[in-house]
Amino acid sequence: MHFRDELKQRAEKVRDKAAAIGPDVDLEVFQKDPVDHAYLDEEDLARLEGAEREQLVMSGLDLSMKDRGGTFFQKDTSVIHCKTKAEGVEVLSIKQALQKPWIQDYYWKLVPVDADKYTAAAELDLHDGYVIRSLPGTRSVYPIQACLYLDREGLQQTVHNIIIAEEDSELHIITGCATSPHLKKAAHIGISEFYVKKNAKLSFTMIHNWAEDMVVRPRSVARVEEGGLFLNNYVCMKPVRSLQMYPTTHLEGPDAVARLYSIIVGSPGSEYDVGGRVYLKNPGNRAEIVARTITNGSRIIARGHLVGEVADIKAHLECRGLILNGGTIHAIPELEGHVDGVEMSHEAAVGKIAQEEIAYLMSRGLSEDEATSTIVRGFLNVDIPGLPEPLKREIDRAIERSDKDVM
Amino acid sequence: MLQIEDLKVELGGSVILEHIDLEIRPGETHVLFGPNGSGKTSLLMTIMGYPQYRVVAGKIMFKGLDITSLPINERAQLGIGISYQRPPTINGVKTRQMVSVCGGGAVDVEGLARKVNFTGFLDRDVNAGFSGGEIKRSELLQLMAQDPDLMLFDEPESGVDLENIALVGKTIARLLQKDQDEETVNGRSKMRRKMERTKMGLIITHTGYILDYVAADKGQVLFKGRLSCVSNPREILTCIGESGYEECVTCILETS
Ligand SMILES: Nc1ncnc2c1ncn2[C@@H]1O[C@H](COP(=O)(O)OP(=O)(O)OP(=O)(O)O)[C@@H](O)[C@H]1O
Ligand SMILES: [Mg+2]
Repeated sequence: MHFRDELKQRAEKVRDKAAAIGPDVDLEVFQKDPVDHAYLDEEDLARLEGAEREQLVMSGLDLSMKDRGGTFFQKDTSVIHCKTKAEGVEVLSIKQALQKPWIQDYYWKLVPVDADKYTAAAELDLHDGYVIRSLPGTRSVYPIQACLYLDREGLQQTVHNIIIAEEDSELHIITGCATSPHLKKAAHIGISEFYVKKNAKLSFTMIHNWAEDMVVRPRSVARVEEGGLFLNNYVCMKPVRSLQMYPTTHLEGPDAVARLYSIIVGSPGSEYDVGGRVYLKNPGNRAEIVARTITNGSRIIARGHLVGEVADIKAHLECRGLILNGGTIHAIPELEGHVDGVEMSHEAAVGKIAQEEIAYLMSRGLSEDEATSTIVRGFLNVDIPGLPEPLKREIDRAIERSDKDVM
Repeated sequence: MLQIEDLKVELGGSVILEHIDLEIRPGETHVLFGPNGSGKTSLLMTIMGYPQYRVVAGKIMFKGLDITSLPINERAQLGIGISYQRPPTINGVKTRQMVSVCGGGAVDVEGLARKVNFTGFLDRDVNAGFSGGEIKRSELLQLMAQDPDLMLFDEPESGVDLENIALVGKTIARLLQKDQDEETVNGRSKMRRKMERTKMGLIITHTGYILDYVAADKGQVLFKGRLSCVSNPREILTCIGESGYEECVTCILETS
């Protein structure tokens, strides 16, 4: 584990370094000590009941495990379940993985450990996290599910995840982050590093269900090799004190493709600074960033940044925001072309629901409220090509469930 | 029955309709002519209840109720429906869902869509990228699902190709219970059918093609915000064609 000594030294130097963007968070106020929870086997999980179960299901967790190829479940700082059924897929905790030499090729290889105080905390206060890896040429039928759950009031949960889709493999992951119903204030710091190797396909669908006083600072970077596809979906429909993330994808081989979709519904008093950034570095690279945001009295900054470094690349950024009940949406789409022959475009629109659309639906018999909610649901209904049906269903369900809150 | 009495309507602060009197009895279909900008669409939107069309005088009665200040959806529930000239696109809402909404969730969407060759469009967002003719069929499909008692058609045949015009025409005729290709339907005579007919229609047309399929009872000309004559629709069409709207309004007024 010496290799971590150097990382820790670098981390120490930026212990107090604020992030480049987003409100600064005083991490001192959070508790970092381990919180022990007993390991649960499959029957235990299936027996979970009540509000806790509801929270997990909302985050896309299938507690029966029927439609899942494997499960990783971390509660506070402890891994309480880790198992895989799918052949050709490995799921292990990062603590386990850190015992193995190969992890050095991946751990902190994409995200710099000394980026800011959050990356530093992730190294210095690391609790756990997961490593999911699909072996070369394998194809998982069912998605792997990973859940990071917060139960302890005042905790700073610190995780590091590594996802590797080996050459020619296909891997689908659904990951839910949730807090227990009683929890009010806590912090979540999560590092994610994605490796999509040659001709591999990785879909990563993240559903967040936070609490009103949560501070969330994910840091993620993906690397996609030749012919690889990285599909990243993000859904957040619940309140949060402050969420800031700006995941970055590097298309490192020809014909590599990245598609990022995010759906965010901001509750009153919540603050979101979210976006996606893709570097298109090779001929044939394609990137698409689609964001749909709704504010209900929250502050949302929706960023997007596409960087075209060579000719014969295509990229599009679409950022649409709807102001329903006050609040602000600040769309910041950025396009950066560095040579002739890049094809990059964006469309950004922020507004309210068109009265004409409400009237149209009302003339078909819907009340004003029904018409509004139909239009809002339509707005959030993004077509995500290439996403397996069960994952589409999870996204739809998250949207359906939040419907009441939105209105 | 629809009864409009001395209606005056403002849009954006200016009067666009004035002294409008109109009566459509159960079973009757009227055709509305008039030059561009004369207020035809405005009249339909006012009947449907669009609040930006401010009724400043007169009233609208439907089925014996004063609906002048009723919201749009309550008018729809009372049995008024409209096929729009230029409906908005609703992103993320599939046409299938929209048709189902129109039918109160209790219709065979596929079956209805087949009747207007529209099954291939059910999984597309409502009106998103629809061509002019496709919009018309989509609107008709929604009306078929809704099956209202008073149907307002805003230029249902404009932009429709020659092959589809028959389809559109026949569909409207069926909706308005005016399909008379056969002498008897279900063993009942034409006369009986006429007596049993309850649906009311108001159709805006420039070309009059729709008259080949729907036997309209009356024609009206809207000119400069006023309903200027009531007569046989064919006669009006011929007159407009020969002498223009303005001439036609006066000439028919004189003869009747
Ligand atoms: N927001 C508005 N404010 C003021 N006037 C308007 C507004 N919208 C439309 N108008 C005007 O109202 C008048 C009536 O328009 P309307 O759409 O009812 O005409 P129409 O008879 O249906 O015409 P067409 O045959 O071209 O469809 C037109 O002169 C139009 O320009
Ligand atoms: Mg018009």
